[in-house]
Amino acid sequence: MSETADKTGQKGDVLVEMHGLRIEGRSDDIWHEIVHGVDVILHRGEVLGLIGESGAGKSTIGLAAMGFARDGCRISGGSIMFDGVDLTKASDESLRQLRGSRIAYVAQSAAAAFNPAHKLIDQYCEAPVQHGIMPRAEAESDAIDLYGRLQLPDPENIGFRYPHQVSGGQLQRAMTAMAMACRPDLIVFDEPTTALDVTTQIEVLSAIRGIVRQFNTAAIYITHDLAVVSQMADRIMVLRHGNLVEEGDTRGMIEDPQKDYTRELLAVRTFRKDLLDEPNAETPLLRVENVSAAYGKSPVLFDVSMDIHRKRTVAVVGESGSGKSTAARVITGLLPPSSGQVYYDGQPLAPDHRKRNKDEKRCLQMIYQMPDTAINPRQRVSSIIGRPLEFYLGMRGADRDARVRELLEMIELDPAEFFDRFPDELSGGQKQRVCIARALAAEPELIICDEVTSALDQLVAEEILKLLQSLQDELGLAYMFITHDLATVRAVADEIVVMLQGEVVEQGPKEQILTPPHHEYTELLLSSVPEMDPDWLDNLLDQRAP
Amino acid sequence: MTMPVSTSTFGGQASPWVSRIAMASVHFFILVLFLQNVAADTWSAVIGLLFAHLYSVMALTYWNRIDRTAAGDTVIVTVTLEFVLIAVIFWERSSAWPWSTLFGLGLVQVCAFAAVRYWKDLRQAPKSAWFGLIVVLIYVMVAAMAPVIAPFSETEIVGSEYDAWNNEHLLGTDNLGRDMFTRLIYGGRNTVGVAFITTVLAFLIGGLGGLLAAAMRGWVDQVLSRMMEILMAIPSFIFALLILTIVGTSVPSLIMVIAVLDATRVFRLARAVAMNVVVLEFVEAASLRGEGLWWIIRSEILPNVLPPLVAEFGLRFCFVFLFLSGLSFLGLGIQPPTADWGSMVRDNATLITYGDITPLLPAAAIAILTIGVNFVVDWFLHKASGLKD
Repeated sequence: MSETADKTGQKGDVLVEMHGLRIEGRSDDIWHEIVHGVDVILHRGEVLGLIGESGAGKSTIGLAAMGFARDGCRISGGSIMFDGVDLTKASDESLRQLRGSRIAYVAQSAAAAFNPAHKLIDQYCEAPVQHGIMPRAEAESDAIDLYGRLQLPDPENIGFRYPHQVSGGQLQRAMTAMAMACRPDLIVFDEPTTALDVTTQIEVLSAIRGIVRQFNTAAIYITHDLAVVSQMADRIMVLRHGNLVEEGDTRGMIEDPQKDYTRELLAVRTFRKDLLDEPNAETPLLRVENVSAAYGKSPVLFDVSMDIHRKRTVAVVGESGSGKSTAARVITGLLPPSSGQVYYDGQPLAPDHRKRNKDEKRCLQMIYQMPDTAINPRQRVSSIIGRPLEFYLGMRGADRDARVRELLEMIELDPAEFFDRFPDELSGGQKQRVCIARALAAEPELIICDEVTSALDQLVAEEILKLLQSLQDELGLAYMFITHDLATVRAVADEIVVMLQGEVVEQGPKEQILTPPHHEYTELLLSSVPEMDPDWLDNLLDQRAP
Repeated sequence: MTMPVSTSTFGGQASPWVSRIAMASVHFFILVLFLQNVAADTWSAVIGLLFAHLYSVMALTYWNRIDRTAAGDTVIVTVTLEFVLIAVIFWERSSAWPWSTLFGLGLVQVCAFAAVRYWKDLRQAPKSAWFGLIVVLIYVMVAAMAPVIAPFSETEIVGSEYDAWNNEHLLGTDNLGRDMFTRLIYGGRNTVGVAFITTVLAFLIGGLGGLLAAAMRGWVDQVLSRMMEILMAIPSFIFALLILTIVGTSVPSLIMVIAVLDATRVFRLARAVAMNVVVLEFVEAASLRGEGLWWIIRSEILPNVLPPLVAEFGLRFCFVFLFLSGLSFLGLGIQPPTADWGSMVRDNATLITYGDITPLLPAAAIAILTIGVNFVVDWFLHKASGLKD
C-alpha cells in the first residue's frame, strides 16, 4: 500500500452533502415515510460506514447518494448535493452521466449483479467505453491492472472468464474493480461481504480497503456488522427506523458509544451459553460412523464420524464447500451415503429417507438457512405449523388450533396477530421463527439447524439464537448447528466439529477446540472473525504477511 | 332516528327481510314451475321439486357465511327479482323448458351471492375485468337457457333460404331456411359447452401429468415427457383429422381427441413451472416430513403454480374454441344439424359475396368471448401476483 492517503478525514472538500433527506416507500397505494430527514456529509477520500439492522433505511440512503430511489420509493424532501450539483433536481440525462463514471455502486450479491451471459472484462469495459473515458483496448489493460491490485489470481486471464467460472469472493472483487473502472469520486458498497464466509471476507475486505485508499476514493460502506465497518470506515453513522441514532469517528464510537442502541449493537456478540457439567449419556442420540458420500461421481464427504448427545449442541463449522450441509443431507436421508452408517439412539437409520418410518422422521427435524424458501408462500402460518401436528400426532380441529397458538407463544409471536398471516406478511426473523415452530410441532429430539441465522441481521440472529437456547433448556432438544460463523459457534455450541473439504479436521468439546493449540485450519477460521477493533485487520494482515 | 331493529338470526348488517323475500319468491316460482309439469311428466316434476328444495337449503346454509353489506344485499335482491320477473313474463316458454329455467335461475342466484361475497374485490376490479365478467356471464346464461330464449327450435326450417333481417327472423335465415338468431344461440350452447369441457379435460390430463412428472422426476418424468413429445411431433390438426376419420366424429370423440392434443401443451407448462417450485426447500421439508405424493402436489406445488396455469386456461380455452371451429369449417367438427358457430360461418359464407355481414356474426361471437375470457384471466393474474409481493 504505497499510495496510502492521509486519513484525517477532514482534509478533503465536501463531496456529498445530504440535507434533511426524506424518502417515502409505497405499500398498498399509500406512501409511508421510511427515512425521516437525515443529514449526511461525506468528504473526498473519506469512508463513511452506515450501519443498522434491516429496515433501518441504510441501503435507501446509500442509493440516495446516487440520486436514485428504488422501485416503489421516492425522494420526497431534502437536498442531495454531489460536488455542487443537486441530484434531486438534476435531469435523468445528467444523472446517467454521473452514475457509473463519477459514482459507482457495489451490490451485496455479486452473483446476481453480473450478467451471466457476458465475460467479466466485457462488463468491466462497458462503463468507461460508454462514458467515453477510454477506448476499449485501454480499458482492458486497465482492468488487468486493477484485477492485479485487487489480488485476484491470474489477473491477465481472469477477466476472460464468465461469472459462474469464478468464486463468490473473486466475483465480489471483480465487481469492485468494475466500480473503480472510471475512477469515480464515490463508491457505494452495499453489504459487499455479507454473503461470504469469514476466510473469503478477509480477502475481499483487505482488497476493497487497499484500492479505496490507493485512489483516495470516497466511499459509503453499508453493513449491519459493526466489526466489519470498524475495519473499513473513518466515520460511522448508526441508523434505526430511518432516523440517525448516533454519528462519530470509528474509534470513538467503538470505545465510547453514546446511545443505548449503539451499545446494543456492540454487545451483539456477547451472548454465551452456560456450559453443562453433566457427562454425556452412554448412547449418543445420533451417531455418524465413517460416512462417505458423493454427488454423482464427485465425492464430497470422506470418512466423517461424529456423535450428538441428548440436550447438547454440536456445531459443525467450515467454509462453504466444506461438506457440512452435505453431512446434514446424509443424516436426514436426502443423500444416501456411499459407505458408512448413521445410527439414531443406537438403531441404524435407513440410508434413504423414504424408507424411514414416521417416528424416525418425527424425531429428526430440520430448520433451513433461507426462511423465504423454507415455508410455502401460499399457506397460512396456522397451516404451516399445524400440518406436522396433523401428520405426526393426528391432531384435528380445535385441538390443533390450540396447540398452534401454544407454539406461536413459545416462539414469541402473538397468536392473535400471526395465526392467519401469509409468509409474505412476515419479516425474515419472524419467518425463521415460524420455521422453528414447524420443527417444534413435530416434538423432535434432534433439530438440524442449517445456517439458520446467516440470512438474518445480527440483532435478529441473536434473538433467534437465544430462542433456540431457551427451547433447548425447556424441552431438552439436541441441536446439530451448521454454520460458518464462529461467533455463533462461541455462543451456542457444546461441542465443535471443524470440517474442511469434506473431512473432519478437528472435533471435541468447545473449550478444547477454542483454546490453543489449534489445528492449523481452525486457527485460520478463528483469526478471520472480525473484531471490534479498528486495527484488527491491519494487525492480522501484518501477521499473515510472509 | 329510529330504525326497525332486524332480528339477528342472519347476522347481517343490512335488512335481511328484503333478501329473504327475494329468495322465497324464487323458491315459490320454481315450485309453481315444476308443479305445473306434474300432469305432463311426473318424474321430472318430482326431481325438479327436489332440486328446488336442495337449492333453497344450500342458499340458506351459505347465507350466513357471506360478508354482507347493504350494497351487496341490493345486488342479490334486484338481480334475482329481475330474473324472476323476466321468467314470469315469458311464463309459457319457461314452463315449457323448466330445467333450463331452473338452471338459469340457479346461476343468477349463485352469481348474485358471489357478487356479494367478493364485493370488495369486484369494486376494485378494472373496467376491462367488468367487461370480461359481464360478457362471460351473458354467454353462460344464453347457453344455459338457449331453448327459453330462442324463438324457434334449433333445427326447424322456418322460412325461405337466406332471408334478410326482418321482424320475424331478427337475423334472417340461413342456407336451409333455419332462423339465424336461434342457431346463433344454440351454437353458443354447443360450441362453448364442448370447448369448456375439452379445456377442463385437457387441464386435468396435462396439468396432473405435468405436476406428477415434476414431483416424481426419474423414469415417470421420462416416460410422460417422451409420450407428450411424440404427440407434439405430429401436426395437431392433421392428427385430429386422422383420428376423427378413424373413430368417427361424435361429440365425445371430438372432446377426447382435442383434449389429449391440448393436454400436451398444458403438460409442458405445468411441468416447467412445477420444476421451479419442486426444488424449493419447503417441498424438501414436506417430503422429509414423510408426506405422500398427492399432498405434495396438491398442497405444496399446486397453489404456487396456479397463476400461470389459470392464464394458460384462458388462452387454451380460446385455442380449443378456434380449433373446434376450424374442424367444423372442414366438416369434421360438431355434425349438422346441430348448430355450431364454426360450421355456421362456412354454411353461410356465400352471403359475404353480397355484402351481407350475417355470416360474420358467429365469428364475432367467438371473438368477443375470447376477449372477455382473457380480460377475466388478466384480472385474476394481476390479483394473484399482487398477493406475492
